[in-house]
Amino acid sequence: MEVTFLIIAAVMSVGAVRLVTTKNLVHGALYLVVTLFGSAVFFLIALAEFVAWVQVLIYVGAVIVLLLFGLMLTRAPIGRTALDNENRGFALLVSGGLFVVSSVVLWRAFDGKRINLDTELFSSADLGTALFTRFVLPFEIVSVLLLAALVGAVILAKKD
Amino acid sequence: MPIQWVLLLSSFLFAVGIYGVLARRNAVIVLMSIEVMLNAVIINLVAFNALLKEMQMIGQVFALFIITIAAAELGVGLAIVILVYRNRTTVSIDEVSLMKW
Repeated sequence: MEVTFLIIAAVMSVGAVRLVTTKNLVHGALYLVVTLFGSAVFFLIALAEFVAWVQVLIYVGAVIVLLLFGLMLTRAPIGRTALDNENRGFALLVSGGLFVVSSVVLWRAFDGKRINLDTELFSSADLGTALFTRFVLPFEIVSVLLLAALVGAVILAKKD
Repeated sequence: MPIQWVLLLSSFLFAVGIYGVLARRNAVIVLMSIEVMLNAVIINLVAFNALLKEMQMIGQVFALFIITIAAAELGVGLAIVILVYRNRTTVSIDEVSLMKW
């Protein structure tokens, strides 16, 4: 388990870093696939089976296709200078500072806490029960939000 | 497995996403970086669900909600990007400064 996690963590980190540094935007989308798929594998080893398959279906299946369409419908210049703006040093400072601060704080706060991954998976039936009893109102609100957002997207993107 | 490893991974992904949002010029890459940040949050939720052995599944339910909202956000965001491209033939967020004070 731990070896698997370390491997997928390394792969996901490399994918994310390559996404924000690559010169070719389509390659960036493919590196995003690597990162999202790695997190689906993590969900599988972290006992969340249903979330893992939702991740594969929604993110790797739908979101990436949408992003690739977005990239191909909007011609973008290729090359590092054209892709990064002049805030690069500042952005590196902010994100590096955030990473250092949050990892130090979290490392000290959760010292010695371990996840026990050798137990049974959380079953999809329990997740469905939780979703349709305790969280049924947020669930319906989210579905209305999704409908409104997709109708709005169609209206925005259609030619007059 | 120590939970700190997972927290380290997710804070790294979040930081990389912030770098992408701040430093990249192309609006579609900015949307992708936002997806990476949301993914870091989902990893945290699932990890804490496993840590607390939460039988009410709150962590996983919220992970599903975040995935749904990320899809909605991406749809609207890409529609706006395509609209901007159609009107101004650019997707560089530096040049879309009409509403900047």
